[in-house]
Amino acid sequence: MGEILVIGIESTAHTAGVGVFSSERGIIANEKSEYKPAGGGIHPREAAEHHSKTFPSVLKSALKKAECRMQDITAVAVALGPGMGPCLRIGASLARALALKYRKPLVPVNHAIAHIEIARYSTGMEDPLIIYVAGGNTLITTYVEGRYRIFGETLDISLGNCLDVFARETGLGFPGVPEIEKLYHKGAQLLDLPYIVKGQDVSYSGLLTRALELYKEGYSIEDICYSLIEIAYSMLVEVAERALVHTKKKEIVLTGGVARSKILQEKLSLMAKVHDAKFSSVKPEYAGDNGAMIAYTGYLAFTSGIVIPIDKSFIKPLWRLEQVEVLWRKS
Amino acid sequence: MEKILGIGAEAVLVKDRYYGFDVVRKTRIRKNYRNPILDERIRKKRTVLEARILATCKNNGIPVPTVLHVDLGKAEIIMDYIKGARLRDIIDSLSMEEVKKYFQILGREVGLLHKAGIIHGDLTTSNMILVGDKIFLIDFGLSYFSKELEDRAVDIHLLLRAIESTHPRYVELAFKEFTKGYKEVMGEYVDVVLKRMEEIRMRGRYVAERRHKVK
Repeated sequence: MGEILVIGIESTAHTAGVGVFSSERGIIANEKSEYKPAGGGIHPREAAEHHSKTFPSVLKSALKKAECRMQDITAVAVALGPGMGPCLRIGASLARALALKYRKPLVPVNHAIAHIEIARYSTGMEDPLIIYVAGGNTLITTYVEGRYRIFGETLDISLGNCLDVFARETGLGFPGVPEIEKLYHKGAQLLDLPYIVKGQDVSYSGLLTRALELYKEGYSIEDICYSLIEIAYSMLVEVAERALVHTKKKEIVLTGGVARSKILQEKLSLMAKVHDAKFSSVKPEYAGDNGAMIAYTGYLAFTSGIVIPIDKSFIKPLWRLEQVEVLWRKS
Repeated sequence: MEKILGIGAEAVLVKDRYYGFDVVRKTRIRKNYRNPILDERIRKKRTVLEARILATCKNNGIPVPTVLHVDLGKAEIIMDYIKGARLRDIIDSLSMEEVKKYFQILGREVGLLHKAGIIHGDLTTSNMILVGDKIFLIDFGLSYFSKELEDRAVDIHLLLRAIESTHPRYVELAFKEFTKGYKEVMGEYVDVVLKRMEEIRMRGRYVAERRHKVK
C-alpha cells in the first residue's frame, strides 16, 4: 500500500477544524476556525451556525496546505462525539457528504481518544499516564487491556469550565485560563477555598462557587486567582499521583486545552520527578481542539479496520472514552 | 528497628517501637507541588480525620489499630501494629468453611462501620488482617463520615469488585456470607443497599462497537 492520507473533521464544541495526516509525512495540515461567544458560554446553536459557515473555507485551506485534492484522500475521519449535538451534526454532515461524493470510507473517532493519541504522537511517549484537561473534560486515564481506563475524573464540572466561568463572571474574558494565570503571579495570599479530593476523583463546583463569593465580598482578584489556580491544580496533581503509584506507569503526558498551562506543567513535572517518571506536555498547536488529532486517530483506527457505514454514522454526544476498543494498541 | 512497610502516594508507613509496643508510624508526605501552607493544612486535616475515624471504630466495636499518638506537626499517626495474615495472602489456603466464616464476620464488621456513619473507601482483601476470630480493618486513608445510601453502596461495590478481580472463585460464596453478616447488623436495609449497588454496577458503561472490515 502506498501513502495513506486521512482527513479529519472536528466540530465537537467551539472549533471547526480540518486536519490531514499522511502515513509518510505525518501531519501536513491543521486548519481551524473558532467560534467566540459574544457573551456568556458557548451557545450550541450559534456555534453550529459558525461551523456551517466556516467549514467550507477551513476545508479548502486544509487541502491547500496539504497540497492534495479530495480525490487523493484515502479515508474521511470524523469526531462523532462526545460533544454538543448541534455542533457534532455539522461536522458529521460534512464528513458524510465528503465520503459519499468522493466514495471514501468513513472512520468514526472519539474526540477524547484523539486528544490522547495526539499527545502520544507529539511527545513520542509509548505508554503514559494521561492527564486530559479541557473545557469539557478533566480525567486521568491510561491504557489497560485493550482500552483507555479512567482512574480518576471530575465529579461535576471540568477544570477548564471552572476557570472559564470564573473569568467570565469576573470580567476577565474568554478563554479564561491565560488571564487568571497572569493574575496568579501577582497574588500573594492563599485564601481558604475548598480543596476537594474524593479518593481518585476531584470536584470543582464548590471551588468555583466559593471563589465567586470571595470576589463579591471584595477580596483582591489577584489573591483569588492565586488561590483558585493553586488549589485547582494541586487537586488534579494529587489524583494524578495516586493513579501513577497505582498503575506504576513511568511516563506522564498532559493533553487538552488546559495543557498549555505552564503552571500546571510545572506542578506535574515536580510530582513526576519524585517518582522517577518522565513528564511531557502535548505540543501547544495540538492542545486545543483541532482537526489534526482527528485525522491522526482516524488513521490509527482506519488501519486497524475500523470504518462505519454512512447510514449508521450517528453522532454520540455522550460517547465515553472507555467504550472505545483501542485496536491499534493491542499487541 | 525501623522497617518501611509501604510507601503510598500520600503516606509512608514505617514499623517501629513505641514505649514497648510494636507500632506503625503513618506519616503523610509533604508535597512540593503544593503551596506549603495549603500542603500543611491538607495533611493536618486528613491526619485528624483518620485518627477520629479510627477512634470512632474502636468505640463501636470494630477491630482497627488503636491510635497511640497523633503528631499534627509531622502529620503522623502512631498506631499499634496488627500482627496477623492479610486476608489476600491466605484466602487460597482457607477451607470453604473458613471462607464462609470470615466473610460473615467481615459483613458484620462492615455493617457496624456503616452503622457508625463511616465509609471505608478502600475495602480490599489487602486491607484486612486476620487475628483469631476477628478481621482487623486497616488503611483508613480514603475514609470519611457519611450515612448516605450511595456512599455505602459504593463501599460494598468496591469490595465486591476486589473479590471478583483477585479471588474470582470465591465471589458467590463469599458475597452471600458477607450479606448475611451485614444483615445481622443492618437488618432489612441490606436489600436497599444491594439494590443501589446493582444500579451503580449497571450505570451505562456498555456500548456495542460498530466495527467493520475495510473492503
